[in-house]
Amino acid sequence: MKQKPRVAVFDFADCEGCELEIADLEEEILELIEIADIVSFREVMKEHSDSYDIAIVEGSIMRPMDEKRLRSIRSRAKILIALGACATMGGVNKIRNQWMPDEVKKEVYGTVDLKGNELFDVFQTKALNEVVPVDYYIYGCPIDRDEFKSVITAVALGKKPDIPRYPICVECKKNENICQFELGAFCLGPITRAGCKAICPTHNSPCEGCRGLIKKAETDCVKEVLERYKLSYEDIRRRCTMYNYGRKECSYDE
Amino acid sequence: MSKDFSVHVEHVTRVEGHGNIILDVKNGKIEKLQWNVVEAPRFFEAMLRGQQYNELRSITSRICGICSIGHSLASLKATEDALGVKITNQTATLRRLAIHAENMQSHILHIGYLVAPDLVGAGSVFSMLGKHTDTVLKIVKLHRLANEMSDLICGRTIHPIRLVVGGFSLQPTEKQLIQLKKRLLEAQELTTELAPIILSVAGNLPSFTRETEYIGLTSDEEYSFYDGDIASTDTGRHPKYQDYKEIMQEYIVPHSTAKYAKHARESYMVGALARFNLNSRQLHPVAQDIATLFKLKAINYNPFMNTIAQLVEFSHSIQDSISLIDTLVDQGIKQEKPVKPEKKAGRGVGIVEVPRGILVHDYTLNSQGYCTKANCIIPTNQNHANIQQDMEKLVPEIINQPEKEIELTLEMLVRAYDPCISCSTHYLDVSFK
Repeated sequence: MKQKPRVAVFDFADCEGCELEIADLEEEILELIEIADIVSFREVMKEHSDSYDIAIVEGSIMRPMDEKRLRSIRSRAKILIALGACATMGGVNKIRNQWMPDEVKKEVYGTVDLKGNELFDVFQTKALNEVVPVDYYIYGCPIDRDEFKSVITAVALGKKPDIPRYPICVECKKNENICQFELGAFCLGPITRAGCKAICPTHNSPCEGCRGLIKKAETDCVKEVLERYKLSYEDIRRRCTMYNYGRKECSYDE
Repeated sequence: MSKDFSVHVEHVTRVEGHGNIILDVKNGKIEKLQWNVVEAPRFFEAMLRGQQYNELRSITSRICGICSIGHSLASLKATEDALGVKITNQTATLRRLAIHAENMQSHILHIGYLVAPDLVGAGSVFSMLGKHTDTVLKIVKLHRLANEMSDLICGRTIHPIRLVVGGFSLQPTEKQLIQLKKRLLEAQELTTELAPIILSVAGNLPSFTRETEYIGLTSDEEYSFYDGDIASTDTGRHPKYQDYKEIMQEYIVPHSTAKYAKHARESYMVGALARFNLNSRQLHPVAQDIATLFKLKAINYNPFMNTIAQLVEFSHSIQDSISLIDTLVDQGIKQEKPVKPEKKAGRGVGIVEVPRGILVHDYTLNSQGYCTKANCIIPTNQNHANIQQDMEKLVPEIINQPEKEIELTLEMLVRAYDPCISCSTHYLDVSFK
């Protein structure tokens, strides 16, 4: 029998919620241990090994010291998987990219002199693939546990994971939800990648676009929806900046 | 007595976020002892600039995966305070359930997954399997219940969906709540079974004490989580919540991307032990029994007992949730629409107790309802200085132990605080022109 792949989990700037989603698999995590060995996962284990095949990396890259650490992880891993919105696309961490780092730093740290202090040496927020090549992406803020299981299972078995290429609306209709626009809300579902089972609209809350924009978004359709509900284009752009600042659309194989 | 050694723990494991411990000893004397937070700063308050009032809760929830419900609630309370929104009794009751669900989820994760391995000499919950499978399964069952309770009330455990300005986007049904009550009753039994198991290994918690100040919310009506006045074991009650900055005095240190805080002394502590020390008389009797089992009495000055205070609170949260469900079912649960704000501008402060302690969000909104100024005071930030002070008293007491023991004890100390470092590097208050 082939040896089980060795998996390591790492994190950068983020809330660690996606790692928690993994911990929240509870006893189902035992099924994953059947097909892969977890050799490093700082949030929940003290054991650590630098020898791994698959690196699962959560969080955004903010500083030269983070870039260095990510490159070292990349050099050890055969496969690198970006976990969650912060890693796959920068997530909410990119909201601050509308200002220059010096401006944000000055506003935030005020007059305190932090020159030469590498801990505070931030550049504009980067997603992982702006620093190193990324092999696979697990989208969402937070990730969907079922999607995580299916991606990890596929990768551990040497297959290519299957990620939806259609918008949230498809899953939302399947759940027989009333359209958020019909309820007077503003929803990013029509232009956002599915895969979360339309969880937000299903709980009567509009989609915020955390899984990234789909390729070739049906913009005409969106414009029509906006016109029908008398919404402005500025609204859609601003809402897109919560998760998709500076991004036009995602491609599946980035 | 005279020895040279160093303990450098880079990225302490089984805590949320990145922190380092540095200890250099020369000729038996401490040359350097530092608790450093090295997590990348995230500038959350800056990111709130220009965001609309109803989106603030979504963004600030992303400060922390573990306490995203707490951040959402502090955010909503601040927004509603600014806009003069009065929530219904049903909303207040459901929010109390939400906060209990998070408290239970976070506490059992910390007790079972992060601390328990130290008590049985394992590296992680995975390596506890085998010898301690039964205990692990009990913990997993309780953790799963807490998560499913959050899912039911909030739509999702991590980054809640249903918590919105003025109320809930969707409410649970009576049937779902009754079902939840049944499971909570089972969970209370399970907790009572778990307590003696933890007691049997609790002897491995260091018996260290250091007098300090404890700060948390307090109220005449209940063991405070959702509402109350700021209170200190040194200076008593401070009813003016808008003046929280007089109590929580934050400052910057260069070796840490998180801020530190002090009040009446060099440092203070927040979290389960602080709440216990302030409000233990209001705990449910079942929870009091667990405290008695561990000989935990207010005021307790051993930070390692924070984990035990969490177990006590876990039991209290179960029992109080059962009472809250009874109230909701008695009054009949309605599908209420969120209360709409009547004005757009104002300043508001929201304070709640989250698993790791007292949390403040403070927003100023302009006439269009957009945020112009934001400040968040995070529990873990308020504990950093206290961790440092504890280390300075603890190390001389254990300096003759083997280095590995010293390292483990220092790691256990950091873990006892259950630090949430991602939270604490949200960083500083910002003012926009």
